[in-house]
Amino acid sequence: MTLDSLPLGQKAQITAVDWSVLVAEEAQRLQALGLDVGAWVSVAHRGIFAGRDPLAITIGRMTVALRRVHARAMHVEVAAL
Amino acid sequence: MNSPRHAALVGNPNAGKSALFNALTGARQRIANYPGVTVERKSGRLVLPNGQAIELTDLPGSYGLDATSPDEEVTRKVIMGTLGGEAVPDVLVIVLDASNLEQHLVFAQEVIALGRPTVVALNMLDLAERDGLVIDAGVLENELGVPVIPTVAVRRKGLDALVTAIAGANSAQPAVNHAHVSQTERRLSAHAMAAAAILSETTRHRMHARMDRLLLHPWLGPLILVALLFVVFQAVFAGAAPFVDGLNAGIATLADTVRSALPPSLLRDLLTDGVISGVGSVIVFLPQILILFFFLLALEASGYMARAAFLMDRLMSGVGLSGRSFIPLLSSFACAVPGIMATRSITDPKDRLTTILIAPMMTCSARLPVYAVIIGAFIPARNVGWGIGLQGLVLLALYGAGIVGAMLVALLLRRSVTKGDASGFIMELPKYQLPRAKDLLLGLWQRAWIFLRRAGTIIFTVTVALWLLLNFPRAAEGENQIDASFAGHIANGLAVVVKPIGFNRDIALSLIPAMAAREVAVSSLATTYAVDAGHAADAGGDETTDHQLSGQLAKHWSLPTALAFLAWFVFAPQCMSTIAVTRRETNGWKWPAFMLLYLFALAYIFAGITYWSAIALGL
Repeated sequence: MTLDSLPLGQKAQITAVDWSVLVAEEAQRLQALGLDVGAWVSVAHRGIFAGRDPLAITIGRMTVALRRVHARAMHVEVAAL
Repeated sequence: MNSPRHAALVGNPNAGKSALFNALTGARQRIANYPGVTVERKSGRLVLPNGQAIELTDLPGSYGLDATSPDEEVTRKVIMGTLGGEAVPDVLVIVLDASNLEQHLVFAQEVIALGRPTVVALNMLDLAERDGLVIDAGVLENELGVPVIPTVAVRRKGLDALVTAIAGANSAQPAVNHAHVSQTERRLSAHAMAAAAILSETTRHRMHARMDRLLLHPWLGPLILVALLFVVFQAVFAGAAPFVDGLNAGIATLADTVRSALPPSLLRDLLTDGVISGVGSVIVFLPQILILFFFLLALEASGYMARAAFLMDRLMSGVGLSGRSFIPLLSSFACAVPGIMATRSITDPKDRLTTILIAPMMTCSARLPVYAVIIGAFIPARNVGWGIGLQGLVLLALYGAGIVGAMLVALLLRRSVTKGDASGFIMELPKYQLPRAKDLLLGLWQRAWIFLRRAGTIIFTVTVALWLLLNFPRAAEGENQIDASFAGHIANGLAVVVKPIGFNRDIALSLIPAMAAREVAVSSLATTYAVDAGHAADAGGDETTDHQLSGQLAKHWSLPTALAFLAWFVFAPQCMSTIAVTRRETNGWKWPAFMLLYLFALAYIFAGITYWSAIALGL
């Protein structure tokens, strides 16, 4: 599953990131914000218009806004309960 | 002990750096641009315990030393000492958000690893406590190997200890670990350090989540945004009116005083008609700008601005911009000057430039006097059904034309002049905070000063130049001064150029002084036609003059000409404050020149299309 299809509020861990589909600067910025393999994230909010873009991602004590194209590059695994 | 001379604040965005900077330096700040870039350089005086004053700079917020934006580039260069003309800071003060340690310690480690004298300010401890975090600064100090001072900038807590640590940092060189450490390793150790320093953690940080649930709600969120914007605009238009009237009266009184104090001469006319009324016509924008900026700064400081950007991102991405452009463009409906100044919050330089270039197309308040006079004279106050008036409909169409034009131009620019990868939209949504009055006032004062001083010098020059054009060469006996002047001759030439779009010579003449500000076109036309009709009416904007002018215009202009004139003002960049601010914000004449050219071209084309369509339709 990719991050953009993660249900609201569901906690998941980033297992792989397809950096090749992202612009170098965007990739760097995402990494700087801690959105990298191993990080625990959840989707807190979605945008209001068509496509429900962008997404607000909770990571640690931070909320980060990013677009669906970025989220689609991040593969996540939901915590096994 | 070797006292430092320069210190710099570094840290992630949203670490409370600016609040700490304000608390440390007070109002003694200097704002300029770094050479060659449009990144704001903030510096101030910091007095050490021994009475010596040093320069403290507030470096732009940064997530790491690998720069991805011009802001981060400046921070990296200043820290590394590779920015020409900029003193290398003797002490680096890393500002950490205590409630976001895991994230902020990554950059902190990167800076400490440089081996320079460093002090850490563990900032916003109060917010961390509110979130239920108990943090041991001593643990952090041991782990990082540099002094860690707990601070609450907004309550001036820990400031003395921080200043003492800055004063002493120069002599204590931290142990340098030259081994290369990767970003991932730093992230892992940041995680470990944060875990060790956080003594206890209760999940009380529900407040932000709850506010976000309301403010980012799929339909309540936009509703609240619209309501908020309504309040802001109401305050800008209604709240500024008495101040604008007061300023206008003051300017008129000043001109009268000078007129009666000096003997009649060209110098007196230059002072009263040129300098006082010209610069005055720009200063009257100040109340609007200040009220608008008061709200913008408060929204920014509270953390809501980022939410507004989030809500509007999808809409803006359609034309290649991001949500960050929304507020600056919206502000431009009041006045393009604060709108363009507000683009500083757009991190991507191409996004920012595009936003600056299209901002003047948003229908600002200065166009309303022009629209009001022309619509009043030519558009019948007829009802077109459902209680909708034709006059209002035309006004709405003018607003719409500006917005559609701006969107189309943004699309085109993003594919040509400001081409580049879609800038994306990756942005931290900061914690909600109550804005502090002192920080707001300081910010307001700084914006006002930028507008008055930087824009003022250019505006003064242009005003005097315009006056000279209108008053030289002097008219011979029995000759009209305007006809004899350079401006008159320019108008003759201009009349040939604008004839194809339906403009007569009177309009061409009014366009020249209207370069100062659009509404000057109204008083200028009033002067022209008042002379024609044999009235000695003053060129004021009061209602009777407007009424008389409307009557005169209806006599002299055809309907297609009037419509073309309206169309012209949707696009024409006739506002020297906007040009001056664009020059300042883009650091050169290249972009304001480009803006002038393309907007005049658009105005010409759009006015022409309007004129000939109206003729074809038999209007």
